[in-house]
Amino acid sequence: MFPFVVRVRSDISELAEDIGRIYQDFTVLDSNCFSDFHVEVSYERGVRRWFRPLARFYFDGRPSFIPLPVDQAFPMLEWGINWCVAAHSHSFLIVHAAVIERQGVAVVMPAPPGSGKSTLCAALIGRGWRLLSDELALYDFETKQLYGMARPVSLKNQSIPIIQAHTPAAEITSPVPDTTKGTVALLRPPSESVQQVKIPARPAWIILPHYQVDADALLEPLSKGKAFMLIAEQSFNYNVHGREGFEAVGDLVDSCECFQFTYSRLSDAERVFDDLLARRING
Amino acid sequence: MICWPVASMGNEGVLVQCLRDPRAVLSLDPSGWDLLIRQGRRANLLGKLAVLLLDSGLMSLLPASPKAHLLSALKMAERQNAAIHWEVSRISEALRTIGVDIILLKGAAYVLAGLPSSRGRTFSDVDILVRKSEIIDVESALMIHGWQGSHHDEYDQRYYRKWMHEIPPMLHVRRGTTIDVHHGILPETARIQVNTQALLDCPLPVNGFHNIFVLKPADMVLHSAAHLFHEGELDNGLRDLADLDTMLRHFGVEQSFWFGLVPRARELGLLRPLYYALVFSMRIFNTPCPQSVVAELKAICPSWVFRWLMNACYTRALRPNHASTHTGGTWLARKALYIRSHWIKMPVRLLVWHLLHKAIKTPAKENQFNTQNKKLDAQ
Repeated sequence: MFPFVVRVRSDISELAEDIGRIYQDFTVLDSNCFSDFHVEVSYERGVRRWFRPLARFYFDGRPSFIPLPVDQAFPMLEWGINWCVAAHSHSFLIVHAAVIERQGVAVVMPAPPGSGKSTLCAALIGRGWRLLSDELALYDFETKQLYGMARPVSLKNQSIPIIQAHTPAAEITSPVPDTTKGTVALLRPPSESVQQVKIPARPAWIILPHYQVDADALLEPLSKGKAFMLIAEQSFNYNVHGREGFEAVGDLVDSCECFQFTYSRLSDAERVFDDLLARRING
Repeated sequence: MICWPVASMGNEGVLVQCLRDPRAVLSLDPSGWDLLIRQGRRANLLGKLAVLLLDSGLMSLLPASPKAHLLSALKMAERQNAAIHWEVSRISEALRTIGVDIILLKGAAYVLAGLPSSRGRTFSDVDILVRKSEIIDVESALMIHGWQGSHHDEYDQRYYRKWMHEIPPMLHVRRGTTIDVHHGILPETARIQVNTQALLDCPLPVNGFHNIFVLKPADMVLHSAAHLFHEGELDNGLRDLADLDTMLRHFGVEQSFWFGLVPRARELGLLRPLYYALVFSMRIFNTPCPQSVVAELKAICPSWVFRWLMNACYTRALRPNHASTHTGGTWLARKALYIRSHWIKMPVRLLVWHLLHKAIKTPAKENQFNTQNKKLDAQ
């Protein structure tokens, strides 16, 4: 999970199976190495162990967040790791955004929940784009490049059957109903994305996706000012960096073409993204 | 070391070793680094460690991953330092019209006084000290400028206003920052009675403000000592002791600081906290302390039973509260100090009443966790 190493501990065997399957392409390190985060998702003790069991997330031995039904263990682990990264890794500007790459250049899709960025991201990585992240864009202040972790993509509600239909070969965990985000399932990242996880990407486009029922694909320019505000709002640690953060967001926005993208069909999205890439490579 | 009946026990942890001598990081293997970062993070001392490593020129020699965590913690601390400056300027402005002078305590005081103990340190709130007669005016002025009271429960209100040395914490509606307004440094009901008047009499002005002050060096040390050795939850205990160590080294460059320290502690009624602060700071951080002061300490040291008990408890509790430093008795030591903190905070009858009330009242703590979860959901 470059640039991070996570040590996971659990007494939930189903969770171990899920991790083994969905994280199968990741490197397993030996136990003497340095880990950035020590996390645990384990059964809540007491009578609840036998009656609708709950699982709890621990950050380095300290319980964090409310316990959730045990079938939500994997999504909880993913949310917990996201929190660990977002709260402790201020060597990056961290933006709540999906990042995908092709031929060395990256699309950043910052968006509030519900805009369909994870669906778009899941669809495009099934069609040759490389996954950096579906949640956390890590922007390096010095190299001005984006890093990702190539972790599983979190699919919600209708996007689960949509992606199953779109990419039949995709490996997806059984959907977990009734989480705070509705029904959630995790998509295994493509092997190539995991193998290339250490390679950063140069930001080229900022695209704000907007899913609208039955809409034709429409790619409209987004002003640099709006793009700046969007990135700043969607950043977890913009405020931690002060002036440096302001300049980093400015650099990121300056280095990108910015668009708002309204769509309803994934095939349209693929075409539009591929056209953007072709235009850049040829032009 | 001063007449301790029990020798220093091992397992103080890699964090303490590296704080004492930053060069110790050079011999760490990856698993040693792993433990150091975890202990530092838990003790809220990663930023401080980063400062020590930068000052000693070692930062550039460190492996990339742990270095990123150290610099990340330092960045957060620097940001909070800047935020504290802004917050204090807002407080100063809010209190301008009522003409009340306030004294900053602890973290905010270290920042505004530009003390080295502020470097790399993180903060949760701003603590201020005002005269008891002025507390109503201060509270109203703060409310007019956007701070709201907390703890609306009738019992909690009485607990704070009648027995404690502070009013319930106030939260700013827009910035979400917290201010603790104190009129003393220990509870009204505490066994030790502090001469607060003497403390208020001669504070030092803070540059750039007309109504903001900090305690003078000896008083600042004594207040931090009183706070640490009356505290029941010592999650930040090691951090607070590190603050004391840094202050003692900084102020201690002036010989006059040392001459005045013990007499001032006597005047304020804080000899015992000073005793423990110096003993544990010397012991854990090798804080330099003149022989004359060590001799004075011998004269005020408690009986061997207390020394033995306090040593047994604080040796364990002043470690990072992390599984890797827990030894036999750590849990008991922390519980004992928690009970002691209540014991010295209020008379027995009041204590029993207070604990009964807390036990019967259904805890509404889950709300905090819900807020945490909401933040996660926002992703």
